[in-house]
Amino acid sequence: MSTFDLSKISVRELNQHLHQLSEVNDIDILEPRGAHAVACGLTAPLNVSIRGPVGYYCAGMNERATVTVHGNAGTGVAENMMSGEVRVLGNASQSAGATAHGGLLVIQGDASARCGISLKGASIVVGGSVGHMSAFMAQAGTLVICGDAGDALGDSIYEARIYLRGQVASLGADCIEKEMRPEHLAELTQLLTTAGIHADPTIFRRYGSGRSLYHFHSDQASAY
Amino acid sequence: MENRSQPLSSGLRESATFNRHVIHEIQRAAQTGIYDIRGWGAKRSLPHFDDLVFLGASMSRYPLEGYREKCETGVILGNRFASKPLHLDIPVTIAGMSFGSLSGSAKEALGRGASEVGTSTTTGDGGMTDEERAHSKMLVYQYLPSRYGMNPHDLRRADAIEIVLGQGAKPGGGGMLLGQKISDRVAGMRTLPAGIDQRSACRHPDWTGPDDLEIKIQELREITDWEKPIYIKVGASRTFYDVTLAVKSGADVVVLDGMQGGTGATQDVFIEHVGIPTLPALRQAVEALSELGMHRKVQLIVSGGIRNGADVAKALAMGADAVSIGTAALIALGCNSPQYDAEYQKLGSAAGFYDDYQDGKDPAGITTQDPELAARLDPVEGGHRLANYLRVLTMEAQTIARACGKSHVHNLEPEDLAALTIESAAMAGVPIAGTDWIPGKRGGF
Ligand SMILES: Cc1cc2nc3c(=O)[nH]c(=O)nc-3n(C[C@H](O)[C@H](O)[C@H](O)COP(=O)(O)O)c2cc1C
Repeated sequence: MSTFDLSKISVRELNQHLHQLSEVNDIDILEPRGAHAVACGLTAPLNVSIRGPVGYYCAGMNERATVTVHGNAGTGVAENMMSGEVRVLGNASQSAGATAHGGLLVIQGDASARCGISLKGASIVVGGSVGHMSAFMAQAGTLVICGDAGDALGDSIYEARIYLRGQVASLGADCIEKEMRPEHLAELTQLLTTAGIHADPTIFRRYGSGRSLYHFHSDQASAY
Repeated sequence: MENRSQPLSSGLRESATFNRHVIHEIQRAAQTGIYDIRGWGAKRSLPHFDDLVFLGASMSRYPLEGYREKCETGVILGNRFASKPLHLDIPVTIAGMSFGSLSGSAKEALGRGASEVGTSTTTGDGGMTDEERAHSKMLVYQYLPSRYGMNPHDLRRADAIEIVLGQGAKPGGGGMLLGQKISDRVAGMRTLPAGIDQRSACRHPDWTGPDDLEIKIQELREITDWEKPIYIKVGASRTFYDVTLAVKSGADVVVLDGMQGGTGATQDVFIEHVGIPTLPALRQAVEALSELGMHRKVQLIVSGGIRNGADVAKALAMGADAVSIGTAALIALGCNSPQYDAEYQKLGSAAGFYDDYQDGKDPAGITTQDPELAARLDPVEGGHRLANYLRVLTMEAQTIARACGKSHVHNLEPEDLAALTIESAAMAGVPIAGTDWIPGKRGGF
């Protein structure tokens, strides 16, 4: 176990050190105090615990590492993650998991606006609610919301899947409710289990693309 | 205007307001119910570098010997914060054009041509291909709102990172790639179903405004260990403020694209009516950099209608560090070649007019994903043609610089320029030839 205290070293020194590691390692980061870009660009299977709140882009572009934030996370936590796992024990700000390609992001509390925006294949499980414009233009991957969703959920969504337990304030353009088939129930059950979040999968609803905006048609002008 | 089918002697009079092009567009809109989408840049006449001339040396200035005395052309990009800035041999770079809008062979040819003369090329909205990485000595990796194919591996193997806020052809607009160009490979790289009309986002998904952008840049620098120069590309509109904010956000290099700048596919109404020309935008950018004391410290790359060495020299004289070319590079590869005129005609166009880049049927094999058409472009030959053209641009710029007595093209300055029209004088901020009058300066009128 290595410990780094961000009240004593800079984020640059921390990240430089983490980037040089190539093997399994347990890392403890103290006193993050809302610093930005903490533990971003990791490539090794590290086990990183951050003891406190982080600023923007924590664990950005993560590959293979497991990063746990023992606090709240600022904008863009795990943005563009490729693989590995990022877990926020508190709440997350805007654009959590934006454009993430792979891996698992778990937010135990609430996530703000644009959660899973432009998602490209990762799985996101939110224990609480998400803000407006979540899964905007989401292309692939899965967003599980155990609480409620804000306005314009899944606006202009492509092939990503949304599972929602609570209420949705409004659906975005071309986002529709879809049938929950056995394979979806299995996927959701699996995700909730992996995320360690206790919720009854059978009461979730599924949303996805109506695929009506996939081609330009002038008679759909009002939707564009 | 001369009517080809109706000579002036017939007495028929064409409306200046409703000319044939306008009438045709109304008829087309009425028939199809959809706006016109096309490639290329603004086609209307705009104040441009042609409206400026150089004041060559004579009595009060010494020229350099044309074929003997050295006139340097090297450019360093990104030495503000990056530990590995780019060293270009010539002040001309290849602009970002996506794999998707361009064929794989075209991307390879661009890389080969640029590398042959020691300059950089740029990816585009659609990610980095192995072919272009392999054939580009210096490759700039675009970081766009869509983030298609964005990944840390490509970020690390790039030589610089270009955060795209906009393009001159469409400031405020996102990308567009129509279904006919979305092959399985293009779709896979973008994580999208094949064959659908695809519009990329116009806003970045995880930051809004310059304060956030500063933090985003910090993240990109952290991921790449502060090695790579970070460029910010803006389309020309409120350029003075955009450049000021780009510098404040921590850019190493600002890329400025004027409204003449080319595009792979955009609405015609957008191309022709949004943004300002390259000339005034360039002046504003240099003013912003100078006011911050950052001119030549944060480098400025300018694009949008660069065609020849005179344009290069004029852009540098106005204060740019380098220029960037898109449309001209495609023409050098073979776009609009008379060789394919018969095929252009079949598509309802002609050599010299072809702008249907969105269509994917390019007979020259450049703006297409059709494997048979793409195979028509030999990337080695295309690369040589581009290298030749880049050499000519450089030699022409050197010719002008020597005539003005400069031992480096960067020593060209606004004082070497005169304007031919009131508009260009006001926009470029140089006096009308034979006067010391710059509209709007020294007295306010
Ligand atoms: C076919 C084509 C595709 C383009 N794709 C992109 C792109 O993906 N990203 C981008 O920032 N600019 C793109 N551009 C704009 C160019 O990067 C550049 O700004 C412009 O072409 C410069 O003007 P010029 O064509 O007059 O030289 C594209 C331009 C063309 C012609």
